[in-house]
Parts: sequence; structure tokens; C-alpha cells
Amino acid sequence: MKEPDPNAKISVRGLEMAFGSFVVMSDLNFDIQEKDIFVIMGGSGCGKSTLLRHLVGLKEPAAGSIHYQGEDFISAGKDERHSFMRRFGVMYQSGALWSSMTLAENIAMPIEEYTDLKQSEVLDLARYKLALVGLSGYEDYYPAQVSGGMSKRAGIARAMALDPEILFLDEPGAGLDPLSSQRLDELILRLRDSLGSTFVIVTHELASIFAIANNSVFLDTETRTQGATGDPKVLREDATNPSVRNFLSRGEHQKTEELL
Amino acid sequence: MKPKPTSAAHTPKAIWSGGGSRCVLELSGDWLIGKRPEIIGDESQGWPDEFATSELGAYDSTLPSYLLGKLREAGDDADIEGLPDDLRALMELALKVPERSDARSEQDEPHGLKLLGLRSTAAWRSAESVLDFTGETVLALGRFFRGKANFRARDFWLSIQECGVGALPIVALISFLIGMILAFVGNVQLANFGASLYVADLVGLAMVREMGVMMTAIIMSGRTGAAFAASIGSMKANQEIDALKTFGFNPFDFLVLPRLFALVLMMPLLTVYSNVIGILGGMLVGAGVGIPPKLFWAEMLTIVDLTQASLGVFKSVFFGVAIAICGCLQGMNSGNSSAAVGEATTRAVVASITAIIVLDSAFAVIFTILEI
Repeated sequence: MKEPDPNAKISVRGLEMAFGSFVVMSDLNFDIQEKDIFVIMGGSGCGKSTLLRHLVGLKEPAAGSIHYQGEDFISAGKDERHSFMRRFGVMYQSGALWSSMTLAENIAMPIEEYTDLKQSEVLDLARYKLALVGLSGYEDYYPAQVSGGMSKRAGIARAMALDPEILFLDEPGAGLDPLSSQRLDELILRLRDSLGSTFVIVTHELASIFAIANNSVFLDTETRTQGATGDPKVLREDATNPSVRNFLSRGEHQKTEELL
Repeated sequence: MKPKPTSAAHTPKAIWSGGGSRCVLELSGDWLIGKRPEIIGDESQGWPDEFATSELGAYDSTLPSYLLGKLREAGDDADIEGLPDDLRALMELALKVPERSDARSEQDEPHGLKLLGLRSTAAWRSAESVLDFTGETVLALGRFFRGKANFRARDFWLSIQECGVGALPIVALISFLIGMILAFVGNVQLANFGASLYVADLVGLAMVREMGVMMTAIIMSGRTGAAFAASIGSMKANQEIDALKTFGFNPFDFLVLPRLFALVLMMPLLTVYSNVIGILGGMLVGAGVGIPPKLFWAEMLTIVDLTQASLGVFKSVFFGVAIAICGCLQGMNSGNSSAAVGEATTRAVVASITAIIVLDSAFAVIFTILEI
């Protein structure tokens, strides 16, 4: 097995994910470089979100390693792990906003915890983050009072609260209308360019994959391992694995082959 | 798309014939849901080689589902070519993604020894999780007193309000009635001996030692323990606990400590309140049967001293801990669906009431040995 790349932002080697004795995916090897917009793609139920949970340390791998800039994440102690986790922001599938707090408080809480800013400054920051995702004016709403798409965007704002180096987004575009989802893609590109953040995104929306991603891993349900890794635009044309090309071309590839 | 029904009531029929080498299936009538198809001939002879469908009328999912059942019995190599186009298209759709053979067996209901084994390991695991949780609570308390644990003061005050002030009306009602019931029942017996006055002793002692704290604890486990389990459980189902973890907050400190502190602080106060109200209830009944309140009070004080009165309050602290731990534990261990949150709530109430009764029995033994 290849050694982890010390220069990569995240380097995954021989990762195996399992629930008890049921192996979801095994032998995952990929590198995520700084400023990448990295997409985890694959059919539904193939373990995309599970992979994300492994990367952020919510689930322990059955085997293999995850390195952040050459530092071992899996075998790190509790305190070390915390300092890793301080560097990333996570947006969960449903938004996962803390339901007993308003949107502004949701974003303010991590800021209060890790900085010495005054109350008013924290609130200004929270307001700014909400404005970034198009939610100005909703500061005092509770998560239950806003729509699903809005709480998703608020979730992204909260993930960005501490200006993390790496942002993990779990299906950010799912359930958004085409325009909002396009605005979201734009937001991701802008943030990458201006803040220099690295993005790891779970998604299966092809339009958005081709619009923003420059690196990816494809999880193949049938072989239960990765189908390919690399730039999705390149993979669409040149992947040797037919199921990768099939996925990226919405099945067009298979149809052409049947015709020939 | 579908052919029109041939006439009002054509019974769907499947006629299997042929035998020997060539098997023919003749389908006729309207295969619509709610009409029981008539099967003629031997349908166990395998997938037919030929279909006769000229008499076939309208059909809905009933027909493809019947054929699919036969096809699965026949195995993979069955050929569906002879069917009319629409019907074949429906069958092809169902056959497009092959059946995942291991998906079915995973859902099998275990039985016999396997079930016994699963139940025992589950019981063992749940016992372990209680110990784990208690240990984790002690660690969290350690962190708190070293100033390392953090939670929002607002959560603490909210819990105080929820399990303190919020519980006053129901605790008052129940305690008042319990005091009255004790006085009534006691008076019926004691009056036989002309010793009605001792109703005061009975009510006073029973309230401060047992009934006050017990009723409060049971009310709180149904009210607050269940609320703890439900709120923490639904936070878990909504990934809010994951979100806490990835922001570096310890969900244990953040969610369990404020609730534990609030309940442990409020339980003794509620117990005192319950004792007072219960005694008032007894006094009311006493006044009805000819014991003036002043006399009731004086008689009661001959037996209820500060030691007696503090026993119930002492126990209430432990009951508070038990209720908070049961509620929070079940919430934290809840599954990720709304049904699981409901189950967690049920388990929290059952577990905390059981814990209260067991603890109370233990205290009864200890107090007897210590002759208090």
C-alpha cells in the first residue's frame, strides 16, 4: 500500500468502513489537496455519508488510516483530535441546527466558545455569516420556523462560523430548487477562492459536480470499493470503470454501448 | 394503455395446461385488484413455454405480481418473451435490478436459541451502558468542578424552570390528595380504638418519610425524566449531537450536566413542598372528623422531628440523580428515528420508576438497621 501523501490536506489509505460485521466499503485510497473541491459521489445507500462521518471522526474505521497534512488522525489522542476538529466545519444532511437556539445563536455558539470577542461582535459575525448564505433578517428565527432549504443554508453558515480550513458538506444541494442550488455552487466557489478553504462535498447531483468539483472519489455499490478517483470531468471521458462513466453520463454511456 | 375491461364481471382465470414437455398458460378475464383469480390445472409444473392471452381483458398490478411469483419459483432462466408488450414491459421493469439475496435474510426474525442469545447480550449491554453512563457522569462532574466542563447557563435555568416551578401544580394536587387519603384510611381504623388523634402522627410520618418523596419522584420521572429522554433523543435523531461533537463540545457536559444539576437541586425543594401540602391535606380531613388543626399539628410534632423530616429530603437527592441518569441515558442511547425516540421515552420512565422503588427499599433496610 502506498504511503500517505504528507502534502495532501487529507490522505486516506486502505480505509475500510463497516457496521459490525457488514462491510460497507473497503480499500479506499485517495488524496484531497489544499483548495480542492472534492466530491464524494455514488449511488444512494453506498456509504457516502458514512465516509464523511469517518473523515470528521464521528465513526471509527474498521481498518486503514486518515492523515491530515501528514498527521495521523485515527490514532491521535482525544485532545489532539479536538485540535484537528477545530480546523473543520461540518454541515449535516438535515442542517442539524440546535433546535433550542435561534439561527444567530446557532452560529454564535462556536464563536463564543473559541474566541474572546464581545457579545455584539459575535452577533455581527453571526449576522454576516447568515447574510453570506442569503438569510439576512432571519437571525431570530428558530430552526423549526424556517423551511428545509433555509435550515440547510443556515447549517452551512454555522459550518463556516470559525472560518475553517476544511468544510465538509453532506448533500448541500439536495432539496434545493435549481436556482438556490446554483447560488450555493457559486458560494462554494467564491469561498474557496477568497478564503482558500478546502471543500469535501457529498452529493450525487451531476450538474453541481461538473460545475464545481476538481477532484472526486466514486464509491461503487457493486464492488463495495472505490470505482475511481480524480477530476469528474476527466473521469466522465476516460474512466476505465464502466460504472463510473455510466454514473457521470446518467446512463448515456451504457446506452451507447448497447447500440454499438 | 390498458385494454378496456371486456365486460362487467369477467372472472380472471389462469389455466395451466399441456403437461408433458410443452406447458401452456392461458390467461383470461379482467385481472383487477379485489377479484380473486381462478387457477385451473397444475400451476407447479414450472414456467410455461407458451402464453395464450387472446381472452385477457384489463389488468393492474395483480397480474404481473402473480407472474413474477411464478417466475421467481422457476428460477433465473425463465423467458418472458411470449407475453404481450405492455405486460412484458412491466415485468422487465421489476426484473431490471436483480434481487439482493442477502438483503432478505438480514431481516429474518430470529427465534429459539438465537433469540435467547440476542436477548441476553442485549440485556448485558444495557447493564453495561448504565455503568458506563454513571461513570461518565462522575467524570463529567470532575471536569465541572475543575472548571473544564462547559454548558450554557441558559440551559440550566431552563431546566430549573421546567422541573421546578413547572412541576408545582401537579405535585401539589397529588400530595394534597395523598395526604387526604392517608387521613381517611387511617381514621377509619383508628376510630375503632377511639384513637382518631393518631391520624396526625400517621399522616405526618408517612408523608415526610415515604409518600412525599416517593410521589414527587414518580411524578418527576413521568414528567421530567421522559422529557429529558425525548429532547435528547430527538436531538440525536436530528444529528444535533453529532454537530456538537464536531464543534468540540462534549455532548455529555453540554446536555446531561445542566439537567442533572437542575433536577438534583429541585427534588429536595419539591419534596419539602410536597410534605407540607400533604400534611395540609391530612389536616383538612382531620378537621372534618373532629381534630382541630392546632391539635393535629401539636400531636404530629411529638413524633415528626427534624431527623424524620430530613430522611425524605435526603432520599430525594438520590432519586433525582436516578431520574436524571435514566432519562439522559435513554435519550443518548436512542436510535435515529422518531419511533426510537418514543421507545427511549418509555424505557426512561420504566427504568427510573424501577430505580426509585429499588433505591427506596434499600434505604428502608439501611434506616431500619441504623434504627432511625
